[in-house]
Amino acid sequence: MGSGPEPTVVVDDLHVVYRVYGAGGDKGTAATALMRVIKRQRRPSVREVHAIRGISFVINHGDAVGIIGRNGSGKSTLLQAIAGLLPPEQGCVYTSGQAALLGVNAALLDDLTGERNVVLGCLAMGMTPQETKDRYQSIVDFSGVGNFIDYPMRTYSTGMAQRLRFSIASAKNHEILMIDEALATGDANFRAKSHERIVQLRGEAGTVFLVAHNLAEIEASCNRVIWLEKGQIMRQGYDVPAIVDAYLEATGGEPRKRDKPAESDHSATA
Amino acid sequence: MKERARDQGGPGTLTDDLAIPEVDQAALADEPLAELAARYRLRPSAARPGVFAYARQLWERRHFIVGFATARNVAMYTEARLGQLWQVLTPLLNAAVYYLIFGLILNTSRGVPNFLAFLITGIFVFNFTQRAFITTSRVMPDSLPLIRALPFPRGCLPIGYVLIELEQLVMSMLVLSVIVLATGEPLTWYWLLAIPVLLLQAVFNVGMGLFLARLGAGADDFSQLMPFVVRTWMYSSGVMFSIQTISSLARHPTLTYLLQINPAAVYISLVRNSILQSQRLAWPGSKPYNPAYCALYHTGKKPYLEYSAYCHGTVTMNQLWLWGAGWAVVALVVGFVFFWEAETRYGRG
Repeated sequence: MGSGPEPTVVVDDLHVVYRVYGAGGDKGTAATALMRVIKRQRRPSVREVHAIRGISFVINHGDAVGIIGRNGSGKSTLLQAIAGLLPPEQGCVYTSGQAALLGVNAALLDDLTGERNVVLGCLAMGMTPQETKDRYQSIVDFSGVGNFIDYPMRTYSTGMAQRLRFSIASAKNHEILMIDEALATGDANFRAKSHERIVQLRGEAGTVFLVAHNLAEIEASCNRVIWLEKGQIMRQGYDVPAIVDAYLEATGGEPRKRDKPAESDHSATA
Repeated sequence: MKERARDQGGPGTLTDDLAIPEVDQAALADEPLAELAARYRLRPSAARPGVFAYARQLWERRHFIVGFATARNVAMYTEARLGQLWQVLTPLLNAAVYYLIFGLILNTSRGVPNFLAFLITGIFVFNFTQRAFITTSRVMPDSLPLIRALPFPRGCLPIGYVLIELEQLVMSMLVLSVIVLATGEPLTWYWLLAIPVLLLQAVFNVGMGLFLARLGAGADDFSQLMPFVVRTWMYSSGVMFSIQTISSLARHPTLTYLLQINPAAVYISLVRNSILQSQRLAWPGSKPYNPAYCALYHTGKKPYLEYSAYCHGTVTMNQLWLWGAGWAVVALVVGFVFFWEAETRYGRG
C-alpha cells in the first residue's frame, strides 16, 4: 500500500435518522395519554428526523477536516455517526480506529472535582493507572484551570470546563479526533495553544475533524473543508478559502478579509 | 432482521425514497467505497465487538469502573452538612423505621428468635439488591452526557453503579455487626461465610443490573415502574417475617418452596444463618425430625422458639448455597449477553 494517501475514514452513502421524544403535538394530560393507548396510536410526540441524507466521502491520513454549515445542517450528527454513537439507517461509516468525539455538551461528571474528571476521563479512554498518573500534570497544565482543579466541575465557567474537556480528550493520541465547537468559548491564549495541539495531532498521523462557526479557526487549522446543507454535502474539497467564501456568500455573511493570500502551510498536502 | 444488520454496523435499508444528493464525484475513488474500506482494513464504526472481546474490554476498564464508583460515592454526600456520616445514618434510620412498623406496631415477630437482628439483617441485605435495581434501571438515561462524550464499553456504567452500592453495603454491614452483637449474638467463625454470600449477591446484582440498564435505556416507563416491583418483591422475600415458619403458608408447601428459592430470600437466609446463631440453630430441618418438639414450637411460646429446628424444613442450607450460586451465574450470563446485544445503541437517547 506504501504510496499514495491512506484512507482513515470512509463514509459510504450515509443516512442517519433519529427519533426525538417529547416534540410538540400532545396536550400532555393523563386523559389524552390514556386515549392514545386505547386507540393504539403511536405517541405523536415521537418524531423522526432525517438528519443525514446520503453523504459519501473519503478522508485520508493526516487530514484536518473542517465541517461548516448552518445550524441544524447535520454537522454534529455526522460526527456522532462517525464516532459510532448514532447507528446508520442506511449506508456505512468505516474507520481505522475508534474515533473520539469532543462535543459542546460533553459534560463529564459535573459533581466531581476537575482532578477526578481528569483521572476518570483518562481511565475511560483506556489508559492504565500509570499512564494516567504520568500525564495528569501535563493535562492540568495545558487546561490552565489552575487551582480550580480541586473544585467540582459544576463551579467552572463554560470556558474553563471546555478547556479541561479538550485537554483530557486530546491527552491521548487518538487516531481520529473530532472536535465539535469545543473551542468556541476558550480565550485567545487557549485557542492558540489548542490550535498548536491540533496541528501536532495531525502530525502524529491522526485525522482531525473540526466543527466551528468561527471560520478563521477553520481556515487556520484545516486543510480540507466539507460544507453541509440540510444533511447533504453542498461542496467539499481542499480549497478551503474558496469554499469558505462561497459559504459566506450563500449565507449572507461578510466576506473574510485575509492578510495574506490563500497560501497557508496546510494547502501543501492537497 | 433490520435491527440485526444495524448492530453489525452493516448497511441497512431505507423505506422512503429520497432525492439523490449531488456528490462531488471527483473527490471519490474509482472503486466502490466498501471495497476501498476493506482494502485498507477499515472497520464499520458502529460495529459491536464479539461477546468475549467485549468482556475483555470491560476487564481492561476495571480501573475506570472502580474509580468511577468510588468518586460517585464520595460525591454523594458532599452537599449534606453531616457529610459522610450519612453513610452510617442512612442504614441506621432504615433499620429504626422498619423496627418501629414491623417489630412494634404490626408485630410480625411471631415465631422468630431475636427478631430485631433478624429484621435488620434482612433489610440491609435486601437493600443492596433494591438500590442496585433502582439505580441501574436509570443509569443509561442519567449518563447520556458521559456516553456521548467518551468512547468506552457502556457496560462499565451499570457495573459501576452496583459497585457504588457494594461500597455502601460494606458500611451497612459494619453497622449491622454492631447491632447484631448488641442483641446478644455471639461472634463465631460462621460470620466469615457472609462474605462469599454477599459476593454472590453482588454478582447477581451486576447481572441483573446489566439487564435492567438495557431495559431502562429504551423507555422511561420502565424505571418509573421499578420501585413498585422491588417493593412487592421485598414483601414476599421474608424480610420482615420468616417464610419457613409463618403459619399462613403452612398449607402451601409449593408456594413456601418458591418463595424460599427466590434470589433475594436465598441471599437473606444465607447471611442470617451466617451471622445469627439464633437463626442457624432454629433453621427447620437442621435437627432430626421430632414431632413432639415441633408441636412445642407451634405453641409459639418464647422458650420453644428455637425448636423449629426439629420441624420439617423445605430447603436445606446446602440447597440454599446451590441456589445462591446458580442465581448469580444465570443472572450474570443472561444480563451480560442481553446488555451487549444493544451496545451500539445506547447513545441514541
